[in-house]
Amino acid sequence: MMEKMVFGRYIPGDSFVHRLDPRSKLIFVFIFIAAVFLANNTVSYALLLAFTLLSILASKVRIGFLIGGLKPVMFLIAFTFLLHIFFTKEGDLLFQLGFLKIYEEGLRQGIYISIRFLVLVLMTSLLTLTTSPISITDGLEVLLNPLKKVKFPVHELALMMSISLRFIPTLMDETDKILKAQLARGSDISSGTMKERIQAVVPLLVPLFVSAFKRAEDLAVAMEVRGYRGGEGRTRYRQLKWDWRDTTALLILLAVIVALWFLRG
Amino acid sequence: MERILSLQDVRFTYTPDDPDGRHAVDGVSFDMHAGEWIAVVGHNGSGKSTLARLMIGLLFPQEGTVGLFGDTLTEDNLWEKRSQMGMVFQNPDNQFVGATVQDDVAFALENNGIPFEEMTLRVQNALKQVKMDTFLDHEPQHLSGGQKQRVAIAGALALRPRLLILDEATSMLDPQGREEVIRVILDLREKTGLSVISITHDLEEALLADRVVVMNGGRKFAEGTPQEVFLKGEALTELGLDLPFAMRLSALLGEQGIGTEPGTMTERKLVEQLWTLRSNR
Amino acid sequence: MDIALEQVGYTYAAGTPFQKQALHDVNVRIPSGSYTAIIGHTGSGKSTLLQHLNGLLKPTAGIVRIGDTQVTKETKGKQLKPIRRKVGIVFQFPEHQLFEENVLKDIMFGPLNFGVEEEEAKARALRWIERLGLPEGTAEKSPFDLSGGQMRRVAIAGVLAMEPDVLVLDEPTAGLDPAGRKEIMDLFYELHEQRDMTTILVTHSMEDAARYADHMIVMHDGMDVLQGPPGEVFADAERLAEWRLGVPRTVSFQRLYEEGAGLPPGPPALTEEQLAAYLAADLGKGGGAS
Repeated sequence: MMEKMVFGRYIPGDSFVHRLDPRSKLIFVFIFIAAVFLANNTVSYALLLAFTLLSILASKVRIGFLIGGLKPVMFLIAFTFLLHIFFTKEGDLLFQLGFLKIYEEGLRQGIYISIRFLVLVLMTSLLTLTTSPISITDGLEVLLNPLKKVKFPVHELALMMSISLRFIPTLMDETDKILKAQLARGSDISSGTMKERIQAVVPLLVPLFVSAFKRAEDLAVAMEVRGYRGGEGRTRYRQLKWDWRDTTALLILLAVIVALWFLRG
Repeated sequence: MERILSLQDVRFTYTPDDPDGRHAVDGVSFDMHAGEWIAVVGHNGSGKSTLARLMIGLLFPQEGTVGLFGDTLTEDNLWEKRSQMGMVFQNPDNQFVGATVQDDVAFALENNGIPFEEMTLRVQNALKQVKMDTFLDHEPQHLSGGQKQRVAIAGALALRPRLLILDEATSMLDPQGREEVIRVILDLREKTGLSVISITHDLEEALLADRVVVMNGGRKFAEGTPQEVFLKGEALTELGLDLPFAMRLSALLGEQGIGTEPGTMTERKLVEQLWTLRSNR
Repeated sequence: MDIALEQVGYTYAAGTPFQKQALHDVNVRIPSGSYTAIIGHTGSGKSTLLQHLNGLLKPTAGIVRIGDTQVTKETKGKQLKPIRRKVGIVFQFPEHQLFEENVLKDIMFGPLNFGVEEEEAKARALRWIERLGLPEGTAEKSPFDLSGGQMRRVAIAGVLAMEPDVLVLDEPTAGLDPAGRKEIMDLFYELHEQRDMTTILVTHSMEDAARYADHMIVMHDGMDVLQGPPGEVFADAERLAEWRLGVPRTVSFQRLYEEGAGLPPGPPALTEEQLAAYLAADLGKGGGAS
């Protein structure tokens, strides 16, 4: 089940989008999220959709893979679509079945909202699919750097994030191993009453916590021995490089925003 | 020769408030010279890992002193001394800090404020020394235990330490991983003359050292060259240690009425004696 | 209870970009009452194979027969539980599975899950605590207050208390010191002999495989490449090297000796005692072999 999850997963590659600096990608996505709300008619929504599709093409991520992985979100989109259809009562009556009445405006709003939702999800997925979690962390650390002036622990947060990311696969492995060991001892999580199921989680959680604490302790010692004393006086091994691609990407986005502005009704 | 490490009558207990509490390290003294390789051996719970932690200031002794590079180790010079030492621990997963191989090797360099250009050079070099330079962007979950330990060694080497401490660095590895790591250390010793302290319960590994310190119950049980120490034979077995293969085989041959020279520790020497016996038959 | 794998294949994450085939047309038979060692390089598929032995994984192709039960990809989860009672697995670093407030309860966990009465489970737990040489009073202690070696024994007791017909051991001595290692391996061998328990050992140690096993399975690249008694498997060092595996030290020493002495390679010496006897016989001493 986890294997098919797309959200939050990184697929290495060498496309235009992959090679963008994480800072420009982060800025891009934030501005894009705001720009989506500019669209308010058929042309502007069509432009948004087309631009999103073009971005996907530029990333060389397989569209089938993206769509397949978006299934859990599709349910949400369908739900909001139906909500709009049934509760907006403006414009011409298009269709009637008993008490169910569908109006033109309802259909239009439903489609608009669905597109808005879809492009938001696609663009953010594209960010995580083409940027390794550690690059996102790096980008965020640099972008948030000005906040250090107000004593915001930017470095500590970034380090925490990168270590958590580094240990996610290790802990997933560990969960799998402990789960299997307890299954082999006859533990049964998938059947029984609610109470029994909750009790069956204990043999899984206790060892996981014990192991996570042990790892944290070991890691802290290893970091101390390697001279870690907080962010003060540290240099950075990971350097970010802003090049023409990044400027181009943001200029294209700017052009789209200008177009949206003129196309909106 | 310069003395780089000097333990003097070091005592340490994890329960200082308990007057009857057992000392994990109980009055241990020894010296180490630059370029030496010392193996500290003992069964689990003999105090050898506590000893390692005392050497790098993760713990401070209640009695006695730990001297490093000519000074007594104190809270004040701790970080300066540490920047001249590297330590590799037992669990390959729990000491991998970076997201990729190169990030992990750079970690100690970042902490010590080494400039970027210098860092890239040192990371490359250190990884070359452990033959992991083609794995720059690999993530830890895609490496074997032996590879992770080699990266950990590179992380220590990048800081150009004067002393490398291996705290059971091979005990969680499969035979192949162990061999990889040992080969790397042997190679480093030969090429760089690095000083190494290796804490281990594997006497085959201890055979490679210049000097062996045997720990038991927090005390120093024996000290000397591998030859001197392994001649104690049975006494070591009683401590829960395993004699090298050649010595075990010699003992079994003795039971069959075949005498070999006492203290034959390598397979090569043993087989040569047997060949001679055969041709004199 | 025989275990047999027939044309078993297993693919992880089928249908995603992360798909990986771990087993490929594996045909293996583990005879009842045998001590079988499974060896193979890291990534050879031996741990995937292991998880098929008690239904932790269902094959994506082929059939696994455990006693008279069959497991295929269609088998329902519920049908797997009885198998797990009969086949116990001691995983690598089994101390990581301890969770109860005291040792007694932790050891009783398995038996209780499989419907053993409380009284009986307790009796079994106490029996195994003693059998594994744990000090008196361990039963009431928290497993997390024990030493590493003792935790390992408690975890092993937790599997043995299920009294399985087949015991699967995955590197059971990893990380222990030499004395601890030997004690535990000798214990498993005794159980195998006394209770006629089918024992399956997954190991990197050729020495352990040679010393304890009577049957071996060699895995490579997700396939079973060789099966037979240790004497046969270790006779051909060159072929093992192709699968990135070695021979026990006794055998490499024996070959070295034979080469220098101009002798043809004899049957491999599987233990140090056998090697000493072989050398003594060749040198015309001991055992009346001359």
